[in-house]
Amino acid sequence: MDILLQQIVSGLATGGIYGSVALALVMIHEATGVVNYAQGEMAMFSTYLAWSMLNAGAPYWLAFFATLVIAFVGGLVIERVVIRPVEGGSILTIVIVCIGLLFILNSMAGWIYSYIQKPFPSPFSDKPLRIGNVYFGAHDVGALGVTLIMLFGLYAFFRFTTLGLAMRAAAQNPTSSRLCGIRVGWMLALGWGLAALVGAVAGMMVAPIVFLDPNMMSGILIYAFASATLGGFTSPGGAVLGGLIVGVIENLAGTYVRFIGTELKLTVALAVILVVLLVRPSGLFGRAAVHRV
Amino acid sequence: MIRALRVSGVVVPLAVALALPLLLSGFRLFQFTQVFIYAIALLGLNLLTGYNGQFSLGHSAFYALGAYTTAIMMDRWSIDYGWTLPVAAVLCFVVGFLFGIPALRLEGLYLALATFALALSVPQILKYFDGWTGGSQGIVLNKPGPPAFVLSALPPATRLKVNADQWLYLVALATLVLLFAMARNLLARRTGRALVAIRDNPIAAASMGIDTSLYKSLTFGVSAAYVGVAGALSALAVAFVAPDTFNVFLSITFLVGIVVGGLASISGAIFGGLFIQFVPNWAQDISKAAPWAINGVFLIVFMYVMPRGIAGSLRMLMARLARGAAGTGLTR
Repeated sequence: MDILLQQIVSGLATGGIYGSVALALVMIHEATGVVNYAQGEMAMFSTYLAWSMLNAGAPYWLAFFATLVIAFVGGLVIERVVIRPVEGGSILTIVIVCIGLLFILNSMAGWIYSYIQKPFPSPFSDKPLRIGNVYFGAHDVGALGVTLIMLFGLYAFFRFTTLGLAMRAAAQNPTSSRLCGIRVGWMLALGWGLAALVGAVAGMMVAPIVFLDPNMMSGILIYAFASATLGGFTSPGGAVLGGLIVGVIENLAGTYVRFIGTELKLTVALAVILVVLLVRPSGLFGRAAVHRV
Repeated sequence: MIRALRVSGVVVPLAVALALPLLLSGFRLFQFTQVFIYAIALLGLNLLTGYNGQFSLGHSAFYALGAYTTAIMMDRWSIDYGWTLPVAAVLCFVVGFLFGIPALRLEGLYLALATFALALSVPQILKYFDGWTGGSQGIVLNKPGPPAFVLSALPPATRLKVNADQWLYLVALATLVLLFAMARNLLARRTGRALVAIRDNPIAAASMGIDTSLYKSLTFGVSAAYVGVAGALSALAVAFVAPDTFNVFLSITFLVGIVVGGLASISGAIFGGLFIQFVPNWAQDISKAAPWAINGVFLIVFMYVMPRGIAGSLRMLMARLARGAAGTGLTR
């Protein structure tokens, strides 16, 4: 029983990470209708920037918030410079451009920082918390907490601010929004900026666990896809919950299903994606897409 | 004039290709064998993505399936390599067709996602069934040389000079020509028009009486079969298969190939094959990270300035030249 609880708890911890990357994916999807394949690499690159600052002797939280600002501006610039020219193009075009971006960021990180793994500090204490016979890693709890704070912050932003309302309107009906005086182009750019920010947080939370290297996000990205698919690509809360569920499923399947073990873990993500897409394509909390003919 | 250009566009490259084994040797020739193999795979992916508008980031899976079909049949069951190619094609067609059925329900982005996950999990799956696949060690094969009847047909003086590399080059070239001719015929008729109609407007296509589900699954199957044959040939040419060579980067390499060569273009597959064989090699000399950075830049730049790839741009150039030549004395 304790083992089961322990596995669920550590599943929730990794699930929080998947959830925060999934949240970033859903953000861009909601704000611009694009699934951003470069999301993981954007997060990885921001984390390297934080590492540079920490390495230069900056205190953790200063580096943390400075990275968020840089990530936000970086996301904005990427949208303006790289995505803008193909906006409104076919899905094929946009996906190809995103994949191109993925490789440029990945290679740039490898070029500048080398492919050697680097340790990344955690802001939380390294003593585990103990409740009954179950241990919680302080970093895991902290990371989950940060993800939830981010989720509520975004919810409040989209629900209660005029800017949030304008962004939702721009994504849902660009033409009418433009007629109401909303600058749709800037709303899209803002969406990318916010998603880059969310991704940067996720990167800095995951780096202490997996170590920092240019390919650290590739496995996480696919779990985040699975999480976002499970929760529904149109629901930010669903994405986080989907992340937690995927984290727990992954851990339990790895522990209790003999033939999966650690070797077929990625295949679990594939199975989750395929099953959800076949059974309930819009995910647990998503809206079904409706086309006008 | 245009007809002459077209005919020479087929004859000249073919003549050059046939002359290459006499001019190049060893590794250089192997690289061109690899170009043909990539070209077959790219044509397969282009049928799906370029002509039918379905997205796949998972075609490394079918490449792996083809390669392992050949490797296992040759290594475990000692079956002649010639039989393994059609088996790989049929097997990949069936698997691709079956994967295409659920994939039908997925549009654009979601299909890209599902196939992306497929590509990521392939190396793990291959390592898992190590009783068949030899695990991460892979399977080492013998390069097949020319069969006896070919050797005996040659004049005795040249017999010893035809080595396995040259033979495989010719096998790859012959397969390429055959598969290209088949694709051309397929696309020039009803089926081809149906595929393009589904890509351009699925609803209109369905209301014209095209069975979109059937055509989409079939295209997935045919595309997988092409890629599977390419995989099988690569197993022969490299004489080795191992799980980690069939990773998601291979799928994305194919994507780069069709974008650079030209979406919805048959000849584009050749340009794409040349590109993905040679450009990353040159870039490797600059830095370890450079090949993928360059691939990334090429993907984005081609999407901006040459969305129809090398083949499309050449075609436009030729059309302009032809118009220039024929247009003198005519007013439009």
